[in-house]
Amino acid sequence: MKPEEVKHHVKIYINVFVALLFLTVVTVGISYIDIGVGPGIALGLLVASVKGSLVACYFMHLIDEKKTILWTLFATVISFMILIFVPLSTMFSNAGY
Amino acid sequence: MEIPYGVKERPDTGLNNAKLGIWLFLASEVMLFGGLFSAYIFLRTGVDDWPMGSKYLDVKMATLNTLFLITSSVTMVMSWASLKLNDFKKFKLYAGSTLLLACGFLVIKYFEYSSKFSYSYYPSTDNFLGIYFTMTGLHVIHVIGGIAVIAFLLFPGAKMWETDPERFTSRIEVTGLYWHFVDLVWIFLFPVLYLL
Repeated sequence: MKPEEVKHHVKIYINVFVALLFLTVVTVGISYIDIGVGPGIALGLLVASVKGSLVACYFMHLIDEKKTILWTLFATVISFMILIFVPLSTMFSNAGY
Repeated sequence: MEIPYGVKERPDTGLNNAKLGIWLFLASEVMLFGGLFSAYIFLRTGVDDWPMGSKYLDVKMATLNTLFLITSSVTMVMSWASLKLNDFKKFKLYAGSTLLLACGFLVIKYFEYSSKFSYSYYPSTDNFLGIYFTMTGLHVIHVIGGIAVIAFLLFPGAKMWETDPERFTSRIEVTGLYWHFVDLVWIFLFPVLYLL
């Protein structure tokens, strides 16, 4: 990476940092709003996902990473989703859905 | 004997071994924490009445810890950028800041855990505290691991900058990837355990 490119990246890191700080305030703010447990959880996780994506894309450079890594992570995400949805499907079947 | 492709990219994967290695390790870490998040969902959906995190936990302290980790992620990536710009003094400044912020995270966690124990809140008290101590405890172990590696690279390991700067920069990049992952896990732990 050339020095000019690194300097450009540094500006992006600062912007992402500001966005993460703002989203942290939003995350805490959501917990004080009475919108019900379900929507509260959904909104909280949505904001956390945006924050996580910012860290992964810009700090971990996934946005311009090689395909080998992206495919590895894709397989990981699929496995992770299965892991998460197994208990959720159990919950739905117990609830009679 | 020197391990090949430590810095240079392999022709088959297009990556150097260090980078591919850390990403495979992080993929396994996703599954490790994923198992615990899955257990959390099982426990939470299995009961009618799940306590709000704020009943047991200190949201202000956790928010401060979130700020510490997010800031440490920025200082970590800036330390790598400093090396790329050939500025070793700035690298020391940023990596040192990362180390201090990580230690600050542990100090706050110590006060948090102490406060729980003073109220006789233990992992065995109930399911909420059980999963709280398990998930945050595992995360704390990861923070300690990160501190050990960053401290090594900041002090004795920094000599490599004079002999093999390219390899040293690669080590900082790989350490940074691990550290950002630790931050990423906390980004999800914070709302899940403390706020929702």
